[in-house]
Amino acid sequence: MSPATLQQLIDFSYIIAVIGFILALKWLSSPVSAMRGVLIGEIASALAVAATLFDPQVTHYKWIIIALIIGAGVGVPLGMVKMTAVPQRTALSHAFGAMSAALIGIAEYYVGTAHLTKFEMAEIGLEVIIGSLTFTGSIIAAGKLQEILPQRPITYRGQNIVSLSVLGTALALMVILVLHPGYTHLFPAMVVVALIFGIMLVTPIGGADMPTVISLLNSYAGFSAALLGFVLNSKVLVVAGALDGASGFILSVIMCKAMNRSFTNVLFGAFGQVQASSGKAAEERTVRSASAEEAAAILAAANKVVIAPGYGMAVAQAQHKVRELYDALTKRGVDVKFAIHPVAGRMPGHMNVLLAEADIPYDKLLEMDEINGEFPQTDVALIIGANDVTNPAARTDASSPIFGMPILDVDKARTVMVIKRSMAAGFAGIDNPLYYMDKTLMLFGDAKNFVGNIVRELTGSGHT
Amino acid sequence: MPADFISSLFVFILAAFLGLDLIKRVSPLLHTPLMSLTNALDAIVVVAAIIIAGRHETKLSTLLGLVAVAASFSNMVGGFLITDRMLHMFKTAKAKKP
Repeated sequence: MSPATLQQLIDFSYIIAVIGFILALKWLSSPVSAMRGVLIGEIASALAVAATLFDPQVTHYKWIIIALIIGAGVGVPLGMVKMTAVPQRTALSHAFGAMSAALIGIAEYYVGTAHLTKFEMAEIGLEVIIGSLTFTGSIIAAGKLQEILPQRPITYRGQNIVSLSVLGTALALMVILVLHPGYTHLFPAMVVVALIFGIMLVTPIGGADMPTVISLLNSYAGFSAALLGFVLNSKVLVVAGALDGASGFILSVIMCKAMNRSFTNVLFGAFGQVQASSGKAAEERTVRSASAEEAAAILAAANKVVIAPGYGMAVAQAQHKVRELYDALTKRGVDVKFAIHPVAGRMPGHMNVLLAEADIPYDKLLEMDEINGEFPQTDVALIIGANDVTNPAARTDASSPIFGMPILDVDKARTVMVIKRSMAAGFAGIDNPLYYMDKTLMLFGDAKNFVGNIVRELTGSGHT
Repeated sequence: MPADFISSLFVFILAAFLGLDLIKRVSPLLHTPLMSLTNALDAIVVVAAIIIAGRHETKLSTLLGLVAVAASFSNMVGGFLITDRMLHMFKTAKAKKP
């Protein structure tokens, strides 16, 4: 086979791969066809990798095979993590992806230093800056999610100005490199400054903003791959990067809307700290509490129950007990559904995965817009480990820091039950008027134990 | 502007708009698998890494390329694996009954 024919075959396999990528995303639109989507994505990727190994430019195989084996050895355990650990795994994979793109850009720079045009230098510079800052930013995000690093926002006076001037420095170094390609010693400096900026970008962001941050980093990782495609003139990278970047972008927008905040507010707002002082003026108000026995009796008498889970449910590892509760109530003929707020959990869609893992059928998981109309006909809304996303102050109190945020309208149900450890305020330190309503019953205790007790009441008093 | 850049820009614009449209259709139910799948697809960067490492131009470029091969291939393997595991968990009430 002539080299030209071989090259055409390789290019053709990349085109097939791109078709596979597009179909993979298309079929992800519904859980029914999603498995097919993953399969076609796998085949497409395998084809592209296999074709690349035949590329005549590739002359040394031994180390590549070893690197692929190491990659698979790292990838398999990362693919087998628990569902609660998926957010940090995802952040880590953003870091790996961005690092790969940055390293290739750096290698391209050093291989081609002598004959880079200004234009190519600008492409490489931008690509390496975005890849580097996404790498360190994602590492910090993963550290926060894994709780190695503190989840609370770390802030100091003048932070935004300092951070922005660091980014400005990286960009300035890039411009100098474009104008004076001979200043090669500035290139490592640019990389280091970009790496530092990534750390500064994510450190001030708190745990509850992680869904937005992960989505943004997803977007950056995608765009760094697309930019690498520009550098190498590789259309398959441009397409894959553009698809990944678009996906991260849309998810970021959805997350921001779900919190009624703007990108700049998430990146530069340091949410939790600023508002911690407000809302403390509330006087001593009375709440009604109930035992597991009473809660079970009310749930058993209901026709329609909606459960609103939050990240607290996952922290308490209560999802399997919640499944038992679902089973016990369904057996008694109660209609049970789940209300999923877009920012419930630590990444987009996280709560759905946790509940699906606990074997709760996905057709019972309803997103906010679908379920909100059903609350007025709901007998009991049971809130487990969620706080701010159920706070009616977001609708009514213009002075509340979360005013305008779309919430689950649990307060419209006939009875509201809240499982909560204590009356301490939620993440954002905002008081929740829901707890003081006449129809609200507070169920104080650990989510897992409390749900377990309700299940015991429901199953013990009936049959068996 | 170089011709390569223009043609890449064409491809990028088309792919970005296609991406926006495709992703908007993905059910919020599957947003976590969506992110892990796009991560796995993005790991196609491995093909560029293989070429950089395989060209064996300088010690540095080969080393950087090899690290990139390992890192991006781990994303490919891990990303597909976890997406597959997650999607296996999504079942309807009917399918759940034995």
